[in-house]
Amino acid sequence: MALLQISEPGESTAPHQHRLAVGIDLGTTNSLVATVRNGIAVVLNDHEGHSLLPSVVRYLRSGGAQVGYPAQAEQARDPRNTIVSVKRFMGRGLKDVAYIENCPYDFVDAPGMLKIRTPAGVKSPVEVSAEILKTLRALAEQALIGNAGGELVGAVVTVPAYFDDAQRQATKDAARLAGLNVLRLLNEPTAAAIAYGLDNAAEGVYAIYDLGGGTFDISILRLSRGVFEVMATNGDAALGGDDFDHRLYCWVVEKAGLSLLSPEDTSVLLTKSREAKEFLSAHVEARITATLSTGGVVDLKVRQADFWDMTRNLVAKTLAPTRKALRDAGLAIDEVKGVVMVGGATRMPHVQQAVGELFRQAPLNNLDPDKVVALGAAMQANVLAGNRPSGDEWLLLDVIPLSLGIETMGGLVEKIVPRNSTIPVARAQEFTTFKDGQRAMSLHVVQGDRDLVTDCRSLARFELRGIPPMAAGGARIRVTFQVDADGLLSVSAREATSGVESSVTVKPSYGLTDDQITQMLKDSYEHARDDVHARALREQQVEAERMIEATESALREDADLLSEEERQAVCAEIATLKQLAEGGDHRAIKLQIDRVNRATEPFATRRMDRSVTRALAGRSVESIGS
Amino acid sequence: MPHHLTQNFFQLFGLPERFQLDREQLDRAYRQMQASVHPDRFVNAGETERRVSMQQSTQANEAYQTLKNPIRRAAYLLLQRGVDPQFETNTAMPTDFLVQQMEWREAIEEASEAADAIELDRLSSRLGAELKRMYAQIGGQIDDQENFPGAAETVRKLMFLEKVGEELGEAMEALES
Repeated sequence: MALLQISEPGESTAPHQHRLAVGIDLGTTNSLVATVRNGIAVVLNDHEGHSLLPSVVRYLRSGGAQVGYPAQAEQARDPRNTIVSVKRFMGRGLKDVAYIENCPYDFVDAPGMLKIRTPAGVKSPVEVSAEILKTLRALAEQALIGNAGGELVGAVVTVPAYFDDAQRQATKDAARLAGLNVLRLLNEPTAAAIAYGLDNAAEGVYAIYDLGGGTFDISILRLSRGVFEVMATNGDAALGGDDFDHRLYCWVVEKAGLSLLSPEDTSVLLTKSREAKEFLSAHVEARITATLSTGGVVDLKVRQADFWDMTRNLVAKTLAPTRKALRDAGLAIDEVKGVVMVGGATRMPHVQQAVGELFRQAPLNNLDPDKVVALGAAMQANVLAGNRPSGDEWLLLDVIPLSLGIETMGGLVEKIVPRNSTIPVARAQEFTTFKDGQRAMSLHVVQGDRDLVTDCRSLARFELRGIPPMAAGGARIRVTFQVDADGLLSVSAREATSGVESSVTVKPSYGLTDDQITQMLKDSYEHARDDVHARALREQQVEAERMIEATESALREDADLLSEEERQAVCAEIATLKQLAEGGDHRAIKLQIDRVNRATEPFATRRMDRSVTRALAGRSVESIGS
Repeated sequence: MPHHLTQNFFQLFGLPERFQLDREQLDRAYRQMQASVHPDRFVNAGETERRVSMQQSTQANEAYQTLKNPIRRAAYLLLQRGVDPQFETNTAMPTDFLVQQMEWREAIEEASEAADAIELDRLSSRLGAELKRMYAQIGGQIDDQENFPGAAETVRKLMFLEKVGEELGEAMEALES
């Protein structure tokens, strides 16, 4: 007799059949794919036994591409067409990328995201990343399915926790382009926490310090009884091992007295610098030798102590966000039970030392810092695919790293969803029209923690049209932000009295440099004082504009209520206000607003009387009619 | 799916509608709810189910954040009882309270100018004690005396103190970097 098989949502209809799912760490320097086999997470090796795939793509004249080791092998010979560290360009415009002048590529500045001209055509960073992901997918399918058949149901792809909406969206797009079903975008430190927490049956508060090739994340998590709860996250989306290479490279260029290097020589010296950096993690001295295309020879010795000195401030740049995350989590240093080190760059002893000093305990290094993220992603993919029996899953509660808001009058940001909100999260805020009879409202969605729009990242602009004409302040526009479990935002706006609606899935526009992103949270303190002034000025300017608008509109309607003398007095005060509003003194503007207020008081009273009279008259007409 | 989106946040978690709250019970209820409604449980489900899961998970987060924070919890309770704490409009505070605010700010400013981390720490624990005292007060006002206007004033005071706390945090951070 056949039994009906009833399955809960999220569970496989065929519980005995293992659904093939993978975790992918799409790294700045290396990428990996892992899966859970017989209950154990393993990194999948390529046919040569490599577990790391260098995140390098070389485009060929034939139109094809080489990915990984073959591409890396040609890097020094063909630097212009061999793209490394493409993750730095994800969701970024040309102006946003630090040290872009050192990149040998033929960039095309496209709206939204830069592109790169290659012999195989103009490629976006999303396409380049998709090449890496396609290679990993092929590797996974070969290893998992081979001759056995079946299909890959999906992948969990990791992103730096501090990635903003544009970078997350770009990553998801790349995965889709590579033909992967994205089960979830997962924050890298959270993935590491899963791998560490499950392996060690950890309970309590843990800090995950993740210094990768191009990004830095710090996440504070509470682990308890199968729940991974991110309490706060912070970081720097443009700080990583690459920057340490670059410091050493600059030192080499200076010591060797080099100038105007060819792209080939730059590429060689950067590679030599990286090798020296890695060597210095275990040795007190490294030798850097290279023969340049000019025939010149570089032969230098660099001491570990010198390298630490030249990169000390890079290490320090990771500590400020770390303290900030602790503060946001409402924790003291001694409440942190352990610090898990993730990312190849945490192999540097002076990084270990600085982190140990800050947390007053030795960091935990018992997992391979290159693999832990992919392993955690694989474990999560296994759960999301429905391979674990119901009740035996764990729960992951993650947060958004940066506040989301909307531009209001005067270029100020109204924060709608604060940073470190647990996702999914939705928030609504009401806005109103600024002018009489205003028919449309344009909404500018931004991400960041500063007060001024110009200091935040612009994510999207859209327009709500068809608002019925009303007096200024009459319309009620409710703007709703919804952030999903991938950390991706969608925004909708609705005018309450008419029901006019508009919505967008946020597709990034741009306008912020990486430097700005880098600085955003840190600066929100450093510039707090500037912000206060700027904010006060903008507020007064907005107030002044509102006052001018209202008074002029009243004058147009009811000028007959004023004597010529009174009218001229009001106009004179308005003229002064207009002049002051152009300037930078918020106090002077405020004083003048008060003067206009006083000067227009009798006018306002008379207008009020008139409108009451009119309203009464209207009612009497009505009552006559009925 | 076990609940409706319109449900009161206390009912949602099966908690008594009071200011005094068993934090462990709240945490447990929240986690149980997320374990059943979170989008991670519905990755392979149909679009409608995924949407409902996101809505319910979103509401659980909103409810949890509201009840977890004593100031937001108090304000929520007052709104439920039809009392608007008038955060936006009613800024008239007793003079002695305002003087106290000035003193807090001056103390923070002095300590930051003197780069006195120990004093900032001391201020921080003093503020913590003050907050604790006021949470107890508001608990009495809402749960026992049902003195809602009084509770609304305490909520407004707490919002002032919350700002003091933010300034204190910023001052400490400035000293660290």
